Amino acid sequence: MIELDKVSYGHGGAALFSQLSLTLVPGSFQFLTGPSGAGKTTLLRLCYADLRAQRGKVRLFGQDANTLDRDAVAMSRRRIGVVHQDCQFLDHLSVAENIALPLSVADRAAEASENLKELLAWVGLSKQSAQRPPELSGGERQRAALARAVIMSPDVIIADEPTGNVDWEMSQRLLALLVELNKMGKTVLIATHDLAMIRSLKSDVDARVLRLKDGLLTTAGAVL
Amino acid sequence: MKALLDLIIGDPQADRVVPPTGLTARLTVFVAAVMAFLAVISLALSLSAGRVADRWADELAQAATLRLPAETDQLQKALQILETTPGVASARALTKEEQEALLTPWFGTDLQLENLPIPQLVEVIADDPPYDLAGLEARFAAEIPGAVFDDHGSWRDPLVAAAMRVRLIGAVVILLIFASVGAMITLAAQASLAANVQVIRVLRLVGARDVYIARAFVRRFTLRAGVGAMLGVVSGVIVVQVLPDGGGFFAEIGFAGAGWIWPVIMPLLAAGVAFLATRAAAMARLKEQT
Repeated sequence: MIELDKVSYGHGGAALFSQLSLTLVPGSFQFLTGPSGAGKTTLLRLCYADLRAQRGKVRLFGQDANTLDRDAVAMSRRRIGVVHQDCQFLDHLSVAENIALPLSVADRAAEASENLKELLAWVGLSKQSAQRPPELSGGERQRAALARAVIMSPDVIIADEPTGNVDWEMSQRLLALLVELNKMGKTVLIATHDLAMIRSLKSDVDARVLRLKDGLLTTAGAVL
Repeated sequence: MKALLDLIIGDPQADRVVPPTGLTARLTVFVAAVMAFLAVISLALSLSAGRVADRWADELAQAATLRLPAETDQLQKALQILETTPGVASARALTKEEQEALLTPWFGTDLQLENLPIPQLVEVIADDPPYDLAGLEARFAAEIPGAVFDDHGSWRDPLVAAAMRVRLIGAVVILLIFASVGAMITLAAQASLAANVQVIRVLRLVGARDVYIARAFVRRFTLRAGVGAMLGVVSGVIVVQVLPDGGGFFAEIGFAGAGWIWPVIMPLLAAGVAFLATRAAAMARLKEQT
């Protein structure tokens, strides 16, 4: 689905990582861990072609991301649901409109009404659907972002610190939603530095834990 | 064409992805209205000058004047020559009253014109095809010495040329006005795009193609320019229609016949200019902001 092949990336001449390879197999569940500044967010952005690899190849659904034009990137992103750490919304639209935005941009707005109701109920935001994003709490924003990420029924869900701004109980709810999606066949990649959260999911999902540190990506396997 | 149809049909949700900007919207409508108003005035002047030029060219091209010296009695001979010349539709000697009427503005009504050596004038109307001017002039020179045949070309041509030039200037002014509308819309669109970088980023992240993002901006500016131009055109037409009739050229200012098509399509043209300008600005900006 998404494959990074000997990818290098850096800022201002300093390499963040080099020769990094990663393959997201369909239906798999990955945690990406590592200290702050290790490049987790950069790695995720490479996975949804928000950044282009300076060396090596990123393949999105079999296509070389470096050769994709902007429209092709847009089409690929419709198959990737992204949950950002800072949950970027269009603040002048309602929560429901924000969640339905991927359908709208794909000219599938007609499908929104039924899916949207179910989705709002699923993430527990039915009552907040008419509110504006700035009126939501941190947890509600994270759930709205997750709902927006999955409304297109994407093949891959990429979440960057999805539980970073919420309490333990809310983080467990959000993770449960992601596990549920994975059980529906979706590929999930979550960047987090919260090892306790990973441990809490150990019994619920067969997850691969990746660690990014000093430019190297290693697999921690089952041992945490 | 499809882009234009999509634009007209519209997508309410797509329109809403760009937050409303009250001041920019009002300014765009205002500037489009002012530009359209000026364009209507220029258009009215240009079309009127064109009509005047055409009429002068048509009317005066048919008419000529034969001037016989005061002391000659060759009027009958001159009329005979004219009546037998191919290409002359009619020839008529001006009456004494008509000649006096022509001179009154210069000499007043008190002067006894009988005491003055007034040349006799003959009005000549050309046929289609017209007479051979050089041949006729040569014949009068040979048979009636002192007779002057004037086809009005010496003063008609500069007048027609001047009127045509006024029409051309009007057309250039209108083109400049539309170019200004395009430039203004481009600047406003660029400002709007720059102010909505975060919106564009979010749209990109959820899989919006450039054409979708551009459409939201393009539709907005196109409609604003179209509405503004419509207001400006209506105001301009009202002003042109209520202009006081000062006679002469001023009596001609306005729209007539097929000329009415221009104020009708002007809002569409303004909207078309806005469409192209915003689309170009949006696509350039989206290309930069990858």
